[in-house]
Amino acid sequence: MRYHPLTPEDRLAMIERIGVTSVDALFKDVPLAAVVPLSAFDLPDGQGEMEVERKLSRMAQTNIAAGAAPFFCGAGAYKHHVPAAVDHLIQRSEFLTSYTPYQPEIAQGTLQYMFEFQTQVALLTGMEVANASLYDGSTATAEAVLMAQRITKRPKAVLSGGLHPHYGETVETVAALSGEVLRAPTMPGRAEDIAAMIDDQTACVVVQSPDVFGLIRDLKPIAAAAHAKGALLIAVVTEVISLGLLEAPGFQDADVVVAEGQAIGNGLSFGGPYVGLFATREKFLRQMPGRLTGETVDASGKRGYVLTLSTREQHIRREKATSNICTNSGLCCLAFTIHLSLLGEEGLTRLARLNHAKASALADRLAQIKGVELVTPAFFNEFTLRLSQPAASVVEALARKGILAGVPASRLLPHDPTVRNLLIVAATECTTDEDCDAFATALAEVLA
Amino acid sequence: MTMNNQGRPSSAGTVAPDDTATISGDRGLDHEEPLIFELGRDGMTGVDLPNAQLADTRLGGMRRKQPIGLPGLSEPEVIRHYVRLSRMNYAIDAGLYPLGSCTMKHNPRLNEKMARLPGFGDLHPLAPQSTVQGALALISELMKWLTALTGMPAVAMSPKAGSHGELCGLLSIRAAIAARGEKRTRILVPQSAHGTNPATAASAGFTIDEVSGTPDGRVDMIELEGKLAPDVAAIMLTNPNTCGLFERDIRHMADATHKAGAYFYCDGANFNAIAGRVRPGDLGVDAMHINLHKTFSTPHGGGGPGAGPVVLSAALAPFAPLPLLLHDANGFRLIEDRDDLPAGAKPFGRLCAFHGQMGMFVRALAYMLSHGRDGVRQASEDAVLSANYILASLKDVMSAPYGEGPCMHEALFDDSFLEGSGVSTLDFAKAMIDEGYHPMTMYFPLVVHGAMLIEPTESESKESLDRFIHVMRALTLEAVAKNTTRFAGAPRFAPRRRLDETAAARKPVLRWKRREAAE
Repeated sequence: MRYHPLTPEDRLAMIERIGVTSVDALFKDVPLAAVVPLSAFDLPDGQGEMEVERKLSRMAQTNIAAGAAPFFCGAGAYKHHVPAAVDHLIQRSEFLTSYTPYQPEIAQGTLQYMFEFQTQVALLTGMEVANASLYDGSTATAEAVLMAQRITKRPKAVLSGGLHPHYGETVETVAALSGEVLRAPTMPGRAEDIAAMIDDQTACVVVQSPDVFGLIRDLKPIAAAAHAKGALLIAVVTEVISLGLLEAPGFQDADVVVAEGQAIGNGLSFGGPYVGLFATREKFLRQMPGRLTGETVDASGKRGYVLTLSTREQHIRREKATSNICTNSGLCCLAFTIHLSLLGEEGLTRLARLNHAKASALADRLAQIKGVELVTPAFFNEFTLRLSQPAASVVEALARKGILAGVPASRLLPHDPTVRNLLIVAATECTTDEDCDAFATALAEVLA
Repeated sequence: MTMNNQGRPSSAGTVAPDDTATISGDRGLDHEEPLIFELGRDGMTGVDLPNAQLADTRLGGMRRKQPIGLPGLSEPEVIRHYVRLSRMNYAIDAGLYPLGSCTMKHNPRLNEKMARLPGFGDLHPLAPQSTVQGALALISELMKWLTALTGMPAVAMSPKAGSHGELCGLLSIRAAIAARGEKRTRILVPQSAHGTNPATAASAGFTIDEVSGTPDGRVDMIELEGKLAPDVAAIMLTNPNTCGLFERDIRHMADATHKAGAYFYCDGANFNAIAGRVRPGDLGVDAMHINLHKTFSTPHGGGGPGAGPVVLSAALAPFAPLPLLLHDANGFRLIEDRDDLPAGAKPFGRLCAFHGQMGMFVRALAYMLSHGRDGVRQASEDAVLSANYILASLKDVMSAPYGEGPCMHEALFDDSFLEGSGVSTLDFAKAMIDEGYHPMTMYFPLVVHGAMLIEPTESESKESLDRFIHVMRALTLEAVAKNTTRFAGAPRFAPRRRLDETAAARKPVLRWKRREAAE
């Protein structure tokens, strides 16, 4: 086996040093009845690199990759161009094959990029502090709700109808254990009256902007309504490139900002691994979940970085920890940091403008087709169309024509008959004029 | 100094240690590197993009009003910055990384290549299912491997890391108990457990009751049985346990647990010791997460991303979270909603958006196909053999609380050999850094004083193990002889000397701030 350096002679010599007669003797504490022969496993034996590559490549080829077709899917995961330098750098052995930086003297590379990541996230979201990432946007949202329940000592979380339904379900799974989760009605293209749902038992209001239908929300009045009742506002961003053009939630009085960071530096990868951003006000620092990197000095006075405030975390606090989370999303957070460093202020601003321009042009074009109505009046790079037919079957028909036309709202909200004809469409810098032509032509044909 | 025939020195000769400060502050290959925010200049970017005009924005009046504050750098500057940072990291590719309970084994590069195939890496999670059949087939094949290797009938794929898997398992248990119309609130956790176990039990709404260990490093069976009351929902047990030992009574514990109407959650962090040899399903386990980044070698990446699929017994399988993956005459199908469930399915809910850590799934399956069942078994055996080799080679000088052996895939030592030497476990670990090694896990498990947990994995050659043993023995003799200098000041040859963690926590600085904006 090419990955195993021990030779049969080595093994014999080692067994001798240990003073046993065979490797089997080392497993003597395992009840004999529990040891099974290899033949008990209905699995193949090992294969060479070439054979494995051939098998997996064939599986991969049966899928339609986003880059291989006119592509318009979003709804929480976005196709962006990731510069070649990003993937090259994150594959450096020193980043790829290191562990959590528990020995800071030999992990300054990881610790410093995590510190840079925390700073970038704080700047983007307009918040004071950010952690070194969580698993993804949805789990970060659930952690934010739990944090709000801890801070306010109140049970109730009020979720906007524009929150990505998967996020809402993720929140319900964990936050309903100790509290109550209320979801506002779904009103595609409009802002619901969420203020009316806030009372003195409300821990937090969770609002996504741009929302799952692409609508940009004004968070300030919601923040004011929440704060008036002593509740916190949790702002959710699933397309983080939008922060290059839109007012940061931190400047709209959000108390916690969580986001899916995939759009910067990370590929689609069929849903994971992604990177959850989590930022908040300094006063909530000690209630935050997840890892934090802090600046300090070493014994010779040099600046350096360490994991800090770990008394919040499970390995110290055990059942009293702020969260059970152990890992962060290390390598994805590195990809985010490198891509954002490459973009810089100028690059991110241009990228965000380009996304908006592409989406804007596409929305206008598609809205001219008979049987298509634009539902979202204000959007960033994603909008919702009302079609004259159920969107799911239109998407299937377009897939047969080689076009990945977007996400039917019914995929996310199968119970809701009012969204059956809605199609959520995203355009990014990757979208070409030819893609838009192909989409518009094919959509007109299918709806005709 | 001798020269070779090209006039270059072929031997470095000897020079006195030189502490002369350099002009630059750098020292040869050791470069000091500022923060990215201290580099660059306004207007620069490392990505060429057209400057789109926005004559007609429709942003609902929510356009950003002030700059973000990001620095501008060209591509060569960004690459140099992160390459320099990378060189301040230790990594398994660079040396032995004996971090017990973390399993730092070799990460095959084929796995990286496979995860980046466009047909996996460039797939949207909500693309029409007819266009992602190969991806669903890959997940299905990985599920087959996981269920076969564990002898369990079902597996939930969406948990994003080990602790997320624990949550998945405990929520399945919670749902199963509720479906029986019972109320059980207590979870039994051994003192030696990973911190995530009690933290997860608390997150899932349970109270925690600790079970003591026996002098031979196992769970106290009598105490466990005594605590198995009708309010106990589950026991959470790591096996092999965190002392690196197999729980001999595991079958008996499982039976007692089931007899009391409770479930058996096994922390699968140490599955890499027994994979291909022992099936947790045969031991009576009801739920176990599998850290794909440990047993199946997806890279640790500086602390993530992980992946923690959970195998489930027949009793818990109906409660697995959404989405579910089905296969029928029409191909593979993801069930993402409660209205669309197959008969008998009662999912407890959804753990995250989408379907799990696909990138990790591809890597783990590439590992499994490369190893095969025979290679997986060989990996476990070599991991156990190497740990026992280290235990046998060090226990006469270091102190091993369970040194009579055998151990499983990790060798546990305590600090009693350091007593009176003036050297602490921490000092000892930092001296290992100067010797070119990443230290072992320290001060865990908590049941042993000054614990040092060494996990060599199957990835080390005998020469590498021998060299490590030689260095550890020499360090031990130095410590015992009270030659404390090399320990007290360690590390001296790392990018940083010991860092002041107390100061970092007392007045946290968690982000860079522009100087004029700082207080």
